[in-house]
Amino acid sequence: MEKYFLDYNWTVMAPELIILSAAALLSILDLLLKEEADRRVLGWIGILAVAAAGVFAGSAVGNPPYEILSETYRVDDFALVFKLILLAGTALVLLASLREIRLEGERAQGEYVYLLLTALLGGMILTSSADLITLFVGLELLSLSSYILAGIRRKRPDSNEAAWKYVVTGGMSSAFILYGMSFVYGLTGTTNLYMARQRLFEAYHEGYESFVLLSLFFMLLGFGFKVSSAPFHMWAPDVYQGSPTPVTAFLAAVSKTAAFAFVLRVLLATYLFLLQAGPWMELVAPALLTVSAASMVVGNTAALRQIRTKRMMAYSSVAHAGYLLVPVATAAGGMLFESTVYYLMAYLMMTLGAFTVLMMVERDAGVEDLAAFSGLSRRSPLAAAAMTVFLVSLAGIPVTAGFFGKFYILTHAVTARDFWIAAVMLVTTVISYYYYFGVIRMMYFRSPASPKKVPISPGATAVIVLTLVGTLLLGFFPQFALDFLERLDWTSVLHPAGGAAGN
Amino acid sequence: MMESFFNVLPTWLVFSPLLGVVALLLIPGKKAGWLKAAGLFGTLPPLVLSLLLYGRFDPAAKGVQFEQSILWFQIPLPQSPPWEITFHLGADGLSLPLTVMATLVSALAACASLPIRKRQKEYFLLFLFLEMGMLGVFLARNLFLFFLFFEMTLITLYFLIGIWGYVDREKAANRFLLYNGLGSAFLLLGVIGLFVLFQSLDYNRLQELANDPQTRRMLSGGPVSPIVWGIFLCFVLAFGIKLPVFPFHTWMLKVHTEASPAVVMIHSGVLLKMGAYGLIRFGVELFPDQVRASAVLLAVLGLINILYGAVLAFVQEDLKRVLAYSSVSHMGIILFGIAALNAPGLTGAVFQAVSHGFISALLFFFIGSLYERTGTTRIGELGGLARQAPVLTGIFLAGGMALLGLPGMSGFISEFLAFLGLFQKQPGLAAAGTLGLVLAAVYTLRAVLKTGFGPLAEHLSKTVDTRPSEALPMLTLLACIILIGVWPNVLGEPMQTTLQTIVSRIGG
Repeated sequence: MEKYFLDYNWTVMAPELIILSAAALLSILDLLLKEEADRRVLGWIGILAVAAAGVFAGSAVGNPPYEILSETYRVDDFALVFKLILLAGTALVLLASLREIRLEGERAQGEYVYLLLTALLGGMILTSSADLITLFVGLELLSLSSYILAGIRRKRPDSNEAAWKYVVTGGMSSAFILYGMSFVYGLTGTTNLYMARQRLFEAYHEGYESFVLLSLFFMLLGFGFKVSSAPFHMWAPDVYQGSPTPVTAFLAAVSKTAAFAFVLRVLLATYLFLLQAGPWMELVAPALLTVSAASMVVGNTAALRQIRTKRMMAYSSVAHAGYLLVPVATAAGGMLFESTVYYLMAYLMMTLGAFTVLMMVERDAGVEDLAAFSGLSRRSPLAAAAMTVFLVSLAGIPVTAGFFGKFYILTHAVTARDFWIAAVMLVTTVISYYYYFGVIRMMYFRSPASPKKVPISPGATAVIVLTLVGTLLLGFFPQFALDFLERLDWTSVLHPAGGAAGN
Repeated sequence: MMESFFNVLPTWLVFSPLLGVVALLLIPGKKAGWLKAAGLFGTLPPLVLSLLLYGRFDPAAKGVQFEQSILWFQIPLPQSPPWEITFHLGADGLSLPLTVMATLVSALAACASLPIRKRQKEYFLLFLFLEMGMLGVFLARNLFLFFLFFEMTLITLYFLIGIWGYVDREKAANRFLLYNGLGSAFLLLGVIGLFVLFQSLDYNRLQELANDPQTRRMLSGGPVSPIVWGIFLCFVLAFGIKLPVFPFHTWMLKVHTEASPAVVMIHSGVLLKMGAYGLIRFGVELFPDQVRASAVLLAVLGLINILYGAVLAFVQEDLKRVLAYSSVSHMGIILFGIAALNAPGLTGAVFQAVSHGFISALLFFFIGSLYERTGTTRIGELGGLARQAPVLTGIFLAGGMALLGLPGMSGFISEFLAFLGLFQKQPGLAAAGTLGLVLAAVYTLRAVLKTGFGPLAEHLSKTVDTRPSEALPMLTLLACIILIGVWPNVLGEPMQTTLQTIVSRIGG
């Protein structure tokens, strides 16, 4: 029976629709408000919208998978858990930067808020796509919004440079992804991820092996750019440094999560048959492992030499992309989904927390380098203590979210018997101690330049407290998150809704 | 009511430093005197509880006592039962002596910390967290928990070295962090390897599996054998760095010379012993076949440590470096004891761990008092101190005698047992090792005589002798050393049953 527009249960798309309407409303409000009016109200509306979307997304968890729009859009537990992470991340970024909206120099910038929302919307579409077209639309919506966000400080040359570099490399990576998708369509004649799986499977066994692998490789190449894994990470340091700090935080935490949702969805929905086939072990897994190891090594060693904190965090994010690729590359381990999602949650908490402290400290100091942190423990002991927890968590030291996340990933890798990647991960982690503790050294071992307390806005305080609680909670009581992840029916991502299993 | 309190004594003990932490947090940062008092008294509850634990410990009973186990979390798995991590504490004959030693040394190190001049609140907070970490390391009965406490000592000590040390403190702290971080990385890899292999991290369960004849045959031969060897190697490396074993010792020299004496008391006295504890607890207890196969290697490493440390201790110009190298040498004796893999050897190793804990704590207490008076620890700039400060020099002399293994003091009994053990297994290496004992006498006497006796250096003519607040802790340590020396059973009795069990397993 043909289904018509209104036959679908549109409530499953409530989160997306809320974000979309909020973005539209805010863009109009921004026009209507007087030039000198306080734009913070836009930020509050944004936060409320994200929170409302979160409530809807949260309440949908556990429902059976539902596909709408001719099977192009799919709401399942897999998508919802990623959406929750994206929403939480965006809400925290907005909350931390409420004051930035007013203070960011030239003119009050309402577009900052609604561009964050459209970027978020892109990410949400990405996680829920069951079709190559929607997948790409989501990806581009996220990317285009991020390009503008990176360059939003229009009069600053470094911000312009960031935006420009991001556009060029981002565009290139999108092109790779699109090219890979074109192979899928060429081989199968369909853009639906689940139908494509069936036909790719057939094509694979009828002599088109190399094209199937090529399609995957091109997509992975583009994905490599998006998550800033080495050797596709060159853009990250410049973009991270040039963008306003809240945008950097958004790119580091939220964008990366969306990209991982993309790659997991494509791998599990379309290329699942490869996981059991020989070429996965011979070609794909080694390639992913190499990229992962390269990211860990390059990220952690390049970060050692950075004086600019945001550049350092950029390399740190390269390294974390490497850690996050470990479960994907060792997919045979049996904890692929749980360990990736756990680490993403942990990463979100500790990165946003660290960026929020960084934002406050460096704005107060007026410089964007490590020296801004000197003697922070005596100026604002609580902020310094919170930052220490975030850094220790990023370094993967217990008892923090970052440690348990790493423990989980490592356990996964060792069950898959990939010992050397576990060893690389551990050794590079030790290297990373040096630069994370470099900030701690500044905060605790050096004298402050001025005895004044660092002013921290109420919004930022709230974010620091929330992320601190999250970081510690995920470290001390991982059971909450583990139970939640166990309840999710993420394996439904393997099967098209309604129909029988793929193969 | 009382009974239930005693059953969970280890839990109370591990968290008892938090009392002091709370007190410190309530005192405003400017009241230095109050903060010092709170820090000092904060080490008393652990001390009292650990003595209570010692008193209620039944030396004749087999297995672990005062066990408490709570499910902490479980990792769900698709097709098999979930893997559980428990919060599990308990004491046995191996952990009890080290626990008591740790609380005692901590309390006395807190006395030695009283002269610190800056940031007292942070100092004592970190100090108490460090103590909590150490107690957790010795009392944990789950490897995951062990690892958490192990890392806790790493972080707190990093700050303690880096903020309150001497000139080169930051470099020392960094080197400490990176070396020990590497050790922790190996440890974590080993822990995860065991977790995947046995699906549990509980000591009891691991020991049961590792010593089950059928599993043992499977592990020492067949396809998993290289993996088991890999895990064993991870543990040996991790604790080898901590102990430290010869090529990995450079970090520890730096810490000995650059950290403040009170911190070195803890570091040299207790933290190095975590390496020994780990080697026995995991190396010997969980990998009986592997450790037997590598016993010769361990003994050779021990010999290198003994001789290398002793020779270099002899040529050092700085008292702190003399003591640092002598620590390297004395840790070699622990390796000897472990490599012997028999009852006297292992007993000697634990004896040496405890005894050296007291001795090095005493000597570094002395170093702290000395530096406070003279502003130097270089041997060339000292001399004739006995005339100005007879009590101080006398204590140093006594500590030196303990260090070189004078009969009647704890050093003698532990070295005697360790060598006795090894002579039964590898007489050649043991004989070569005795050379280290001779050298120990040489470098110790050189250091003692050159600082204490001879012509009085001019700038020392105004040196005053010890205050009671210094003499008392040092004499306490000396009393412990002599007590173990003349009545070894105080230490030997509680550990006997546990070590017998271990030895019987290796032999079996």
